Amino acid sequence: MRAAIVVFPGINRERDMAIALERATGRPPRMVWHKETSLDGIDLVVIPGGFSFGDYLRCGAMAARSPIMPAIHAHAARGGHVLGVCNGFQILTEAGLLPGALLRNAGLRFLSMDCHLRVERADTDYTAQYQPREIFRAPLAHGDGNYFAESETLDRLEGEGLVAFRYATPKGEINAHANRNGSARNIAGIYSPNLRVLGLMPHPEDLVDPLMGGIDGKPLFDGITAAFAA
Amino acid sequence: MRDVNQALAAEFGLSADEYQRVLDIMGRTPSFTELGVFSVMWSEHCSYKSSRVWLKTLPTKALWVIHGPGENAGVVDIGDGLAAIFKMESHNHPSFIEPYQGAATGVGGILRDVFTMGARPIANLNALRFGDPKLPRTKRIVDGVVRGIGGYGNCVGVPTVGGEINFHPSYNGNPLVNAMTVGVADKDKIFLSAAAGIGNPVVYVGSKTGRDGIHGATMASTEFDADSESKRPTVQVGDPFTEKLLIEACLELMATDAIVAIQDMGAAGLTSSSVEMAGKGGVGIELNLDHVPQREPGMTAYEMMLSESQERMLMVLRPDREDVARAIFDKWDLDFAVIGHITDTGRIVVKHNGVIEADIALDPLAEQAPLYHRPTTETPKQPELGPVADPIGILPALHKLIGCPDLCSRAWVYDQYDSTVGGQTVKRPGGADAAVVRIDGLKRAIALTTDVTPRYVFADPEMGGKQAVAEAWRNLTAVGALPLAITDNMNFGNPTKPEIMGQFAASIRGMAEACVALDFPVVSGNVSLYNETEGRGILPTPAIGGLGVLEDAAQAVGLAVHAGQSLVLIGGISGHLGQSLWLREIAGREEGPPPPVDLAAERRTGDFVRAQILAGNIRACHDVSDGGLLVAIAEMIMPDRTGVALVDPPAGIAPHAWWFGEDQGCYVLAVHHPEALQAAATQAGIPSRLLGATGGVDLTLADGATISVEALCQEHARFFPEWMD
Repeated sequence: MRAAIVVFPGINRERDMAIALERATGRPPRMVWHKETSLDGIDLVVIPGGFSFGDYLRCGAMAARSPIMPAIHAHAARGGHVLGVCNGFQILTEAGLLPGALLRNAGLRFLSMDCHLRVERADTDYTAQYQPREIFRAPLAHGDGNYFAESETLDRLEGEGLVAFRYATPKGEINAHANRNGSARNIAGIYSPNLRVLGLMPHPEDLVDPLMGGIDGKPLFDGITAAFAA
Repeated sequence: MRDVNQALAAEFGLSADEYQRVLDIMGRTPSFTELGVFSVMWSEHCSYKSSRVWLKTLPTKALWVIHGPGENAGVVDIGDGLAAIFKMESHNHPSFIEPYQGAATGVGGILRDVFTMGARPIANLNALRFGDPKLPRTKRIVDGVVRGIGGYGNCVGVPTVGGEINFHPSYNGNPLVNAMTVGVADKDKIFLSAAAGIGNPVVYVGSKTGRDGIHGATMASTEFDADSESKRPTVQVGDPFTEKLLIEACLELMATDAIVAIQDMGAAGLTSSSVEMAGKGGVGIELNLDHVPQREPGMTAYEMMLSESQERMLMVLRPDREDVARAIFDKWDLDFAVIGHITDTGRIVVKHNGVIEADIALDPLAEQAPLYHRPTTETPKQPELGPVADPIGILPALHKLIGCPDLCSRAWVYDQYDSTVGGQTVKRPGGADAAVVRIDGLKRAIALTTDVTPRYVFADPEMGGKQAVAEAWRNLTAVGALPLAITDNMNFGNPTKPEIMGQFAASIRGMAEACVALDFPVVSGNVSLYNETEGRGILPTPAIGGLGVLEDAAQAVGLAVHAGQSLVLIGGISGHLGQSLWLREIAGREEGPPPPVDLAAERRTGDFVRAQILAGNIRACHDVSDGGLLVAIAEMIMPDRTGVALVDPPAGIAPHAWWFGEDQGCYVLAVHHPEALQAAATQAGIPSRLLGATGGVDLTLADGATISVEALCQEHARFFPEWMD
């Protein structure tokens, strides 16, 4: 799998993401500056976390209008894989590649802690190495992760099986206690209709090494890598 | 523009003597801008005029020290060809006036001190002191400071991995915000600030200059009065996004050979950076302010020279590399302007709109800066405490202590700081006595901590200074790291009061003794004086930031115990209750001498504990500090909600003194083979004692008294969320 990480000014988890991808694929991903315009030869486009353009406007709104974005739209339109994490998820919603929006956390404070996620379906290129309904741990680090969409959109996402992950308790309960940022229906991540574009708020890339407290995030990167090896 | 005279000099913070000295150096009445330059360069904040005579007595050398005090930050060799670059700096006064921006720009400023030397910042810490939690103002300040630290650090993408918080009424009008940054660089690629090369371009990069922060350094050099709120315009506003770009652009440029010298524009902005760079290089500098990127029209030379606008750097470049540098800053959409050049005159010459606004010889500006050997009086020794009865019993006291503001969980605070960005955080906040951050791509890791116990320093400044250094050394040791060096942040009251200067001098004496005994030199630091409001000073607070190294991050241990382990005390406990939190919170007294620090025993015990950790024998380790032994044990069992059954205290010591005394140089170790550990300790001549075994869900004393770990956890977690949300 040839992966590229798109770097917008203010992005700050690009190195974390590069480490996770290199562990899975055995080679460093290509780093693509936001002023570039081509993603030729790339299988997986990753937009990592951070504060693109300082998030001084709506989170992700500036990045969604960067010179690289037409190439990302074209990649997605071709059926290419796009992964957006945290600020990357916000950018994908601002770019219209995923529905909904990420609002300020319900408590109006930045949240940095581990959360638990339930894998809603284990048959996608991203989740094939998890078990259905498996609970895994991932660090949260965001101020604006409160997923919002109109109820018709939420119904459609659920009806079409496009919810990727939900915030859960360690035991797997989906409740308000697990939903620290107040996301609609505990949604932590969603897919595009073809299951190729994935956006999520937590950071599986920060849990791929036992020394950092666990490898709960590793199956996601191994999974997408294996999908291209097949 | 006003006339320059003694009255104006006084407004600028210069004494009559100091103004006379300016007149003597200049040989004429200085211009308005020149007076501004003198006043900020000679402010307490920039000149260390009251503290320098004492700071010079601190030990600053060791085989592994590459650069000690005098550079932007301290530099130590950490092995594998790498250097750690670190410093702690205060932003106390601005954080009282405008907590969010004061704290945020404190983080930004210390980051620049570190990356200006060529290091990528890999960790932030902070040492915070606030006033009485019962005051509404304290709540507002805590909220703003925590948001400000998070807002800045989270955005620049440097993990905030550790720190400390205390509350005490002495900080009601003077909260302390001490921010520490650690970076890593190749040890043969350290960038310094001494300018060189006659004719070389002087380049300004980063944010535009505005009118914010003018005379901030002077504000930080006076006491507060009832009118301090009106000083808000002297607080700068931070822009972490620009800082992030500046980090990336500077590191990209540092990978080339373009830079001759580089320095951030911190306190006193363009004045101090240009004066210090030229002064250190023994050259002159000429600036043309017409070329300074400006945020608003009509700024005067005085305003530009004294502005403390954030996120700006000054560089001297090789003339043939100017285009390379410009291209990098263009890529990052940052301002890049040649604003002057290096001269051989030994003077700083500042031009604006075709007029020479300042022309000052650099040598006398530095060499004739005021230096005060202020009078000191020794702090009287506290009388011995004598026996104190236990009014409530052991477990009720533990329950109360574990929930008090100084000992309760800090999760509410660190849950707002991104501690994992970078993907190298091995021990996160709350997980170990020191934070552990691995070096990307290597096994090697650094360990970091901040420590001081201000109530000890107040009761006995010399012992308190010693204790602060020893505790930092101990916390690094407790994760298995080899302690290398410290940065110090000396926060004190008004230095013109002999009792305050006496606290300062005695603290330095104690610190120096501990630094020598523990091979733990001071490599950087910062002094913040005049922390007084309406005549009331803070507890003397020499905050210590310690750095250690682990050759293999996998050897680091945390403090959480699990079922099936034995707890062993290493070190001797006499039951010292003077100045303990038990005495304050349970008996309602702030009395007695602080616990003594025996540096020889400290070293022997710590070296033994570290060796045991590195040998792989230790499952968890925690030092005994605030709250004493039982609080330490509670802190070890709460993370995994594991119970513990404890054995009786030794005969001849009151149980509450045993469990809550704050004796120094002690560790609690969790092991599978307590006999082997105790035998090794005995062989090393170190006291040890089996404390109990883990398992179940309760903390149980030998007499059968029991409290559930769940109840402890709930009480521990209660304070901050209830107070703040």
